[in-house]
Order: sequence, then structure tokens, then C-alpha cells
Amino acid sequence: MNNFEHSHHAHCESGVISSMLRHHGLNLSEPMVFGLTNALNFAYIPFVKIGGMPLVAYRSIPKSIIKNIQKNLKVKMKLETFSSVKKGQDRLDELLAEGKIVGGQSSVYWLEYFPPEMRFHFNAHNLLVYAKDGDNYLISDPVFDKSVKCSKESLTKARFAKGVMAPKGLLYYPLDIPKNINLKPIITKNIKTLAKTMLRRFVPIAGLKGIENLAKAILKLEKKEKKYAKLFLGNIIRMQEEIGTGGAGFRFMYASFLQEASELFNNDSTLQEASNMMLKVGDEYREFALMIAKAVKSKKEIDFQAISEKLMLISKSEAKVYKKMLEFKA
Amino acid sequence: MDINSVPQDDSSTHSEIKKAVYASDENGKIKNIASSGWNVEETVTRLAIDDLKESSKEAYKLVKDGKMSPLYYHMYDVRMDLVVLAQSTGFFQWTIKRDFKPDVFKKINQKRLLIYADALGKTTDELKILPKVEDE
Repeated sequence: MNNFEHSHHAHCESGVISSMLRHHGLNLSEPMVFGLTNALNFAYIPFVKIGGMPLVAYRSIPKSIIKNIQKNLKVKMKLETFSSVKKGQDRLDELLAEGKIVGGQSSVYWLEYFPPEMRFHFNAHNLLVYAKDGDNYLISDPVFDKSVKCSKESLTKARFAKGVMAPKGLLYYPLDIPKNINLKPIITKNIKTLAKTMLRRFVPIAGLKGIENLAKAILKLEKKEKKYAKLFLGNIIRMQEEIGTGGAGFRFMYASFLQEASELFNNDSTLQEASNMMLKVGDEYREFALMIAKAVKSKKEIDFQAISEKLMLISKSEAKVYKKMLEFKA
Repeated sequence: MDINSVPQDDSSTHSEIKKAVYASDENGKIKNIASSGWNVEETVTRLAIDDLKESSKEAYKLVKDGKMSPLYYHMYDVRMDLVVLAQSTGFFQWTIKRDFKPDVFKKINQKRLLIYADALGKTTDELKILPKVEDE
């Protein structure tokens, strides 16, 4: 058996990658993985519905962290999906018998170790299987504070759930991790790319423009049924907090990345300032969440105007962080 | 967020699980801190769960009154809706809607029923009946 150690992370995909790389001797914190893979973003896609609600996301599309860690760090990763359930089960057992730790994609709903309150149909969850104990798997689920046990039946069902972003039993593990990676050029490039992506105006569903459009959509809720309006607002906060973002829709995590980056560049003051600014933006998101929770609970009419304006202000504060990031010179 | 502001509200929607959030300590160093939940988050999660429970309750009544087939209840019971069930089975929505009719569902072929059973994580026998639920 391997000597794998579980660690507690905020988010599933960045958490799995951070734990996996650390196990193989490359020590990168979760925020560093998140920043190195340019995982921050914002998307509001009104025509894609999940559980009857429009898609709201505070990060890039699922699996982009796995993809970009290979692209940006030249880590060689093996990804395997399966045409049959049996093959997928056998392959996992085989890899574990070799002493490997294996990343996997799964549905959240069918994982028995999740409490009922957290079980929703979301197919892009990530976890690490590190051993087998009889008919149970020992799993390091990054969003749990301790490692967990899961029956073969439950894990299989979750790995082969069908529908949007169906995992198809996906398993992944590193084949080769380069030694002595120079993080500095990657960080410099990523910071610029991310700032530009977020400030870009011509993609209406993503970046800051996406935030503004969500703010406008909130205004239109006034004409909608009250129950729908509440669920719509609630959904934004669930995406911002509940799903495991480290708070404020990954903004706190990104602030932590900027701070680590600053330290790598001899305490660069521009990056440290950007980090402080991003922390404050995160606090604004928390205020926004609080406003919504109060509105949802209250029997009074919802002040959509105020909620919309708050979000508009956040997009302006966030724009300043990206402009600050563009000032950075390595 | 300041390390002292990290909410520890012991949210019921968290069960006993702690979530990691990032916050800055007294020296401005950002760290990963375990939180037992935030009331704000609990409010919106509860809202979503209550909505699912309500759908399932309404479905139960419709099936009990013979207006819908048991399939309709089982779909909501596992927190799915027509869209998710269609995606999970590969069936067209309109064909699933037909199976919501009690008469049509009674004559459903075994092959199709098996696909539903697999998607819903239930046995074909379970799917055919409306289970007894304490809190109707």
C-alpha cells in the first residue's frame, strides 16, 4: 500500500490535483494549482439550465484544471474512460493493486458518503481513490476534512452516472512529473492572460461582462413569480458558496494564489496589492450573499434593484484587481 | 475575509462536515481554515432542498390519486426532473411524458423499464409501485 496522506481542500478538482502532485513529490498548494491552471472565471449562461436554473459558475469549465496542469506544467497525465462498467471497475482495482493513487470523476448524488443535504445531480465531481479495503474503497475527497470509505456499488454508480458531463468512469493519474519546474514564467503569463480574459468585453456570457449581465437579469426577476425569483437568487449563492469554492466564488482562493505569487517574486508589491484587493472583492461577494439570504427569508418584497446594484459594484471593484494585475512586471 | 470572520455556524446542511475556506490571519497571511458552515449558505441550500421535497410531495399525491404513474414519483424521489431523467436514460422527453400516464406505464416493456431502473438506482419492481411514505 502507498503512504498517501489526505488533506482538506476547498474545491474538488484543484484539491485532487494538489494532493496528487504532492504525493508524487511536487509540492503545490491548492491556490497555486488553481492559479497555475487559470481556473478563475465567471459565467452566466441563461440558455443552459441546471435543475431549472440558468448556469452560473465562478470558475472555468470542469476538467480544465486537469487539462491545464498538463499544458502549463508539462505534467504527463494518463486519462482513461471506459465503454463498460466492468472494465472501469477492474481497471481501478488493477491500478490500486499497483499501489497507485487514482483520480476519478463522479456524480455527487450517488456517493453514499455525502450527507443527503449535499446530494444533487452534478456529474463533474472529483475524488482520489488511494486504497481498497475488502469491498470498500478508501477515498480522499478533497472537500471533506477526513478521508472516507465508499462501497464498490456506490462508487461505480457515481462513476458511471449518465447525463450532462457524464464521467464515463474517468480515471486519471500522472505518468511523468518534471523536476525543477520554474513557476515564475508560468505565473507571469497566467496573470496577464486571466486579467485580459476577465476584462474582455465581447463575450457576453463570461468574465466581468457575464457578471454585469447577471446583474441585469436580477432586475428582470421583478416580473417573475416570487418562488422562481427566490430560487434564482439562491442558486447564485449556492454556486458561490455551497459547492466548495473556498468562499466568495473562488475569489479568496485566488487572492491566496496572488499572495503566494508575490512571495515568489521577492514580495512583489503589485501582486501583494492585487491580492489585498481581491480579498476585499471577496468580502463584497459575501455581503452580496448576505443580502440575498435576507431577501429570501424575509416576507417583505425583494429589493431587486439593490441586489442588482450590489453585483454591478462588485464587477467594478473586480475590474480594478485585473487592471492592477496587468501592471505587474516580472 | 479575516480569519476571525470565518463563519462557524454548525449548519444543518453541512451535517458534520467541515468545509475549507481561505481567510487572512493577523499578519495578513492567507490560510485554509475549516468552517462548520455559514447561515447564509444554509438558507439557500435549505431553499433548494425544500423545493425538491415539495416537488416530490406533489408527485406523490398525483400518483396516489391515479393521475400519474409511479415513475413520476420515483423521478422526483431521486431529485431528478424531466430534463435530467431524459439525459440519464437517453429517452426523448415526450416519450418519458407518455410513461407518466398510468395506462401507458402499466404496459411498459421490460427493456425500457430496466433503463429507467438503472438511471434511478432502483429495481424494476420498486419502480412499479408507489412506496409507503410516512410524511405524506
